[in-house]
Amino acid sequence: MNKVVKNADEAIYGIQDGMTIMLGGFGLCGIPENSISSIVKEGIKDLTCISNNAGVDDFGIGLMLQAKLVKKMISSYVGENAEFERQLLSGELEVELLPQGTLAERCRAAGSGIPAFYTPAGYGTEIAEGKEIREFEGKQFIMEKAFESDFAIVKAWKGDTDGNLIFKSTARNFNPMMAMAGKITIAEVEELVEPGELDPNFIHTPSIFVNRIFQGVDYEKRIEQRTISNKQ
Amino acid sequence: MLTKEQIAQRIAQELQDGYYVNLGIGIPTLVANYVPTGINVTLQSENGLLGMGPFPTEDEIDADLINAGKQTVTTEAGSVFFDSATSFAMIRSGRVDLTVLGAMEVNDKGDIANWKIPGKMVKGMGGAMDLVASAKNIIVAMQHTNRSGDSKLLSSLTLPVTGLGCVKKIVTNLCVIDVTSSGFELKELAHGISVEDVQNATEGKLVVEGVIPEIQF
Repeated sequence: MNKVVKNADEAIYGIQDGMTIMLGGFGLCGIPENSISSIVKEGIKDLTCISNNAGVDDFGIGLMLQAKLVKKMISSYVGENAEFERQLLSGELEVELLPQGTLAERCRAAGSGIPAFYTPAGYGTEIAEGKEIREFEGKQFIMEKAFESDFAIVKAWKGDTDGNLIFKSTARNFNPMMAMAGKITIAEVEELVEPGELDPNFIHTPSIFVNRIFQGVDYEKRIEQRTISNKQ
Repeated sequence: MLTKEQIAQRIAQELQDGYYVNLGIGIPTLVANYVPTGINVTLQSENGLLGMGPFPTEDEIDADLINAGKQTVTTEAGSVFFDSATSFAMIRSGRVDLTVLGAMEVNDKGDIANWKIPGKMVKGMGGAMDLVASAKNIIVAMQHTNRSGDSKLLSSLTLPVTGLGCVKKIVTNLCVIDVTSSGFELKELAHGISVEDVQNATEGKLVVEGVIPEIQF
């Protein structure tokens, strides 16, 4: 089966209004820039987006917010975005905030055939409201469920045409778990190579999790906090 | 009174050789600047880096290499990258020896509030709830009072809680406090600060036993 598609426009085929999609990345680091642009161009709306953050005003998921395509964000931290705040306060946008580790584990569970798990994060807080609480060895835990997601869109550094992926530095973040968790997983990569060119010892995401792959173009890789040291 | 840098410097005295440490945003980040000589610590950044180095030079900047505050950073020799699930596996399973966090409020039971102010834009908890739920040792770095002069060391929290009974030590601009079953135990005073000053700035139960020494640097 050929998993390779020409570009992001082709890769996002089948994503429809009202669907739930996962988008990899931490802040603006390791986000699927090409696919986000295509979703905006296509105007696919009423989306529920599972992503650690919501981008900035004019980049990343911020572009989808600007185009009013997002109905609900499921994230751990959504600062740095004025349009997000405006839509949230006006009631146009719904947000569900989750502890970052819970967000990661709900992706991992979804990609692992595990329907739910218990975590201590958020016990005693409003995050626990309405969730099952259970005691293990004298400590309290909250039951959290695996996510359900129609599509997962991830960004990798290198990939092969079979769908094996390697991520770079901290651009890995949520991408590997999300790659496992989509009913359909789309991977955009900076460099697409033939099978056999990637050392099997160093592959992060095995091809079996990836349904569509393409080599992206024009990565901006915007830096959110440009911090420099003065050391010589 | 301690400056922010001095708060960080005092917390750095708690570091031990071989510690894995997670530093939050703000004053906690400064702790990395005061690691005592002869002590090696490894910094964990929850976005997927163990062995975080200092900020890069202009030439070293890499958009794919950031910390949990989204700042560009570098790696140390022996560093490792991993995904977010692995990162929080380290945190929840208690492998991180010390977590330093900022706080809006702490109560005398060690509960912490640092993620939400009702009526204001809620940005989210990020990794704070995972960290406070599991860390073996949590030190809070903060000002003793808020901008209106109200105590941030309370008998009960007024803001939504982030985690219960987790704070072990607090270093403020006025003093060092251990949170024990008896309450806020005053351990050290900043230069020029009296027990009475701390008492006046502390709404929760303050325990003062014996002569309280001055913070040494």
